Amino acid sequence: MSSAGPKTAGLDAVRGIFRTFAQEYKKTPSKIKILDAFAVYALATAALQFIYMRLVGSFPFNAFLAGFLACIGFFVLTVCLRLQLDKQSSDFKDLAPERALADYVLCNCALFLGVWNFIG
Amino acid sequence: MSSAQRAEGQLVKQKPVAQKEVATISNGDIDLPVSSADLKSSRAEKLNRSAAAQIINGFALLGICVLAFCIRLFSVVKYESVIHEFDPYFNYRVTGFLTREGFYNLWNWFDEHTWYPLGRVIGGTIYPGLMWTAGVLYNVLHLLNIPIHVQEVCVFLAPLFSAFCALSAYLFVKEIRGQGAGLMAAAFTAVVPSYISRSVAGSFDNEGVAIFALIFVFYLYVKTLNTGSLAWATASAMAYLYMVMSWGGYSFIINLLPIHCLACVFTGRLSHRLYVAYAPLIVMGTIGAAMIPVVGFNAVLMSEHFGAFFAFGVLHGALFIRYVKSVLPAKAYQAAKTLVLTGGVAIIGVLLALITGYVMASPTFGWTGRSLSLLDPTYASKYIPIIASVSEHQPPAWPSYFTDIHVLVLLVPAGLAACFRPLSDASLFLILYGVTAVYFSGVMVRLMLVLAPAACCLGGVAAHEFLLALTRAIRAPNLAPSPVTDASVSLLDTAAAPSPAPKSKGKGKSSAAKAEKAKGKGVTAESMFDFLDTSGKGRIPRDVAWIGLVAATLGLIFYIGHCVWVSAEMYSAPSIVLQTRDPQGGVHVFDDFREAYGWLRFNTDPNCKVASWWDYGYQTTAMANRTVLVDNNTWNNTHIATVGRAMASPEKKAWQIYRDLDTEYVLVVFGGFIGYPSDDINKFLWMVRIGGGVFPDIKEKDYLAQGSYRVDDQAPPALLNCLMYKLSYYRFAEASTMVTGRYGFDRVRNTMIGKTDISLQYFEEVFTSEHWMVRIYRVLDRPNRETKLKNPRRAKPPRRSSSSSRPRSASGAPPK
Repeated sequence: MSSAGPKTAGLDAVRGIFRTFAQEYKKTPSKIKILDAFAVYALATAALQFIYMRLVGSFPFNAFLAGFLACIGFFVLTVCLRLQLDKQSSDFKDLAPERALADYVLCNCALFLGVWNFIG
Repeated sequence: MSSAQRAEGQLVKQKPVAQKEVATISNGDIDLPVSSADLKSSRAEKLNRSAAAQIINGFALLGICVLAFCIRLFSVVKYESVIHEFDPYFNYRVTGFLTREGFYNLWNWFDEHTWYPLGRVIGGTIYPGLMWTAGVLYNVLHLLNIPIHVQEVCVFLAPLFSAFCALSAYLFVKEIRGQGAGLMAAAFTAVVPSYISRSVAGSFDNEGVAIFALIFVFYLYVKTLNTGSLAWATASAMAYLYMVMSWGGYSFIINLLPIHCLACVFTGRLSHRLYVAYAPLIVMGTIGAAMIPVVGFNAVLMSEHFGAFFAFGVLHGALFIRYVKSVLPAKAYQAAKTLVLTGGVAIIGVLLALITGYVMASPTFGWTGRSLSLLDPTYASKYIPIIASVSEHQPPAWPSYFTDIHVLVLLVPAGLAACFRPLSDASLFLILYGVTAVYFSGVMVRLMLVLAPAACCLGGVAAHEFLLALTRAIRAPNLAPSPVTDASVSLLDTAAAPSPAPKSKGKGKSSAAKAEKAKGKGVTAESMFDFLDTSGKGRIPRDVAWIGLVAATLGLIFYIGHCVWVSAEMYSAPSIVLQTRDPQGGVHVFDDFREAYGWLRFNTDPNCKVASWWDYGYQTTAMANRTVLVDNNTWNNTHIATVGRAMASPEKKAWQIYRDLDTEYVLVVFGGFIGYPSDDINKFLWMVRIGGGVFPDIKEKDYLAQGSYRVDDQAPPALLNCLMYKLSYYRFAEASTMVTGRYGFDRVRNTMIGKTDISLQYFEEVFTSEHWMVRIYRVLDRPNRETKLKNPRRAKPPRRSSSSSRPRSASGAPPK
């Protein structure tokens, strides 16, 4: 079929793109990589909880909500930290990395305090 | 960075000569020897000057706070330290409970004194921010051994928080436009009439603290936006939590932030700082909101909040795309883009369909009635008469814009224009806030309150730009038109900008553009700015600048005068105590409400139930401490409709309804004797409408004579025979001859009443206040047989309670 040609071409393109992406990504500092992994892990946990909720039911809804939002919140905060630490970003010129980390810890405390209170 | 800071930065870069010049100009001597020692001393002088500016700034702010507090004390001076109106009485009662029983018990408080026989879960149905604030303040004061009564704390809480609100307006605008504009905005906010109307001393209502919280959230959001610091993001999430605790108006924030976020994304202002400001606030704010019982799961289930999640997703998508773009080489990015576009559109389509399906499945599309009535102004009058019946939910009349924000009406457009140059993320936020607030204020009078701070901030920006332009023009001609002097002048002006504040005690600062606009002309704040930027050419002539400055000052003075007048004359009435002035200038006080509630409190059985229209429910529970059927928290439409139906029914049927509800007393408010217009007869059509909305046997047209509502002899029989009419006009005709000299003349409706010989068979008059404003009737155990009996002073049937508190019988006191 004629559609097979474009499809494999498309797949190749995707593969090519991912390969270039992986190559470029290798240049990122390892600290940032760790943060990325952390964020992806949090996101994956959130997705897992969501799937579980759809499959099993949402009965203690506050528990689900607390868990889900904890993961999302953690993801968001980690991404924030990652953006702040990324040297390429020009948006945070006068923010010292130590300060960013302290803010991050403070923010997480607030987040988990809320989650802890809400989880019931 | 504030403009003052910016100016300082500028200064450092300037040549020494310029600094010397600035220093000497102020002294008026012109010798210009430049030595390094001189340079140092002039630098020190500069530091001194900026330190002085800071001190002046601080005193100006202090003055503004004091002013904000004091201007709200008219109600205490003119009347006394009482709680005002309706809702504040409920808040006061809850605060009393809070201080007695503690914070934790409030969550579990089931109140059986209201909505008899249903009761009400107070803890889960209130926004507790206000009561918590008052409770904390009360406890702190008692910890310091200041033995103040709860009532005083409640009375003075709103003025205190309006001072805080002025401070947060200062901080908010300072983040956007620098100190000068911030001071202007604070001064405007301190006295803006619209805000005064909800925060005079005694007006113990949610809005009193919520407007402060609103502006404070905005300030912290903008602060986070400018700094990109997670600590500020935490602070803004906390402030948002406080806002959710305080007022249902938090949904304004949760919808305004996404609008700003999307506006940034789609106008190419996407930045990482935006992400830090927006995303953590949404997530942490959602958790926080869900912890408040009255919001609960609505924080993720109601459509009001979906906009925030949508923008949250869009922001992530946009940032991800940007990230990928920065990582991939251009060619690979192009390839990825085409791929994603083909596949992505399908996925987005499916997602949209899912969301729409979910939203459409709920009867009101997942929106609460109140929100819908905001989006569609005709919604409430069509479907929810109980919302439409509240006068503050009506659209405002045009003059109320002038009354409520006065000169700011003129300054707001100028402020919007000024925000566009230069446009920053923060000023974009202010623009969006202003525009949405203008829309909402057009839907409901009550939401003028949201507009007022926006108008003050925009007005502050405009007035600042205008005054700055004028003062620069006045100062400029003194100097040779060299670029250096121009820069130095700008330094002088920024330092000087705050200084007008203390001179006029923080009040008369701003109304600059008003005068200008009043002259009808076209010089807006931004164009003034242009004149300045072209350093020298097209400058405003000095005399014109002087005239403009005088006009601006006059405008500001008028603004302050208007605010003080409005505060003193219009918004300070507690509506519990009324005053009139007679032609000789004497003041006549009508204290009927407290008289009547006091009577109930001391003369009736503590467990008896009192029926009245819902307006008086909160007051009855708080002041008389008696159980009521319905109150101002209109959570059960059917129950209110039952009371409305009883009021609109003939005596016998009404008696049956009240007997079924164990009611012992019926309270009506009647103004025909002294001309008090907001009485139950004037509200009666709403009782009919609300009652008829649930019980089809009540039909509005039965109570109208050819479509008009009248109480004279043209009135239809259904009206003449209904309970409300009888209770209001019982024995009225004889008494009215003593005031007006006319038999049965109603001073509110300006008409002779249609039925003068009213006799009651199932009810008995037990109390009528001095000016007949409140009348209380007892529901008889069994019908009265001697309907001809004119004098109700007769032996009462034995009562269950101790006879020591026997009701005093009718005291239809004649007037003076």
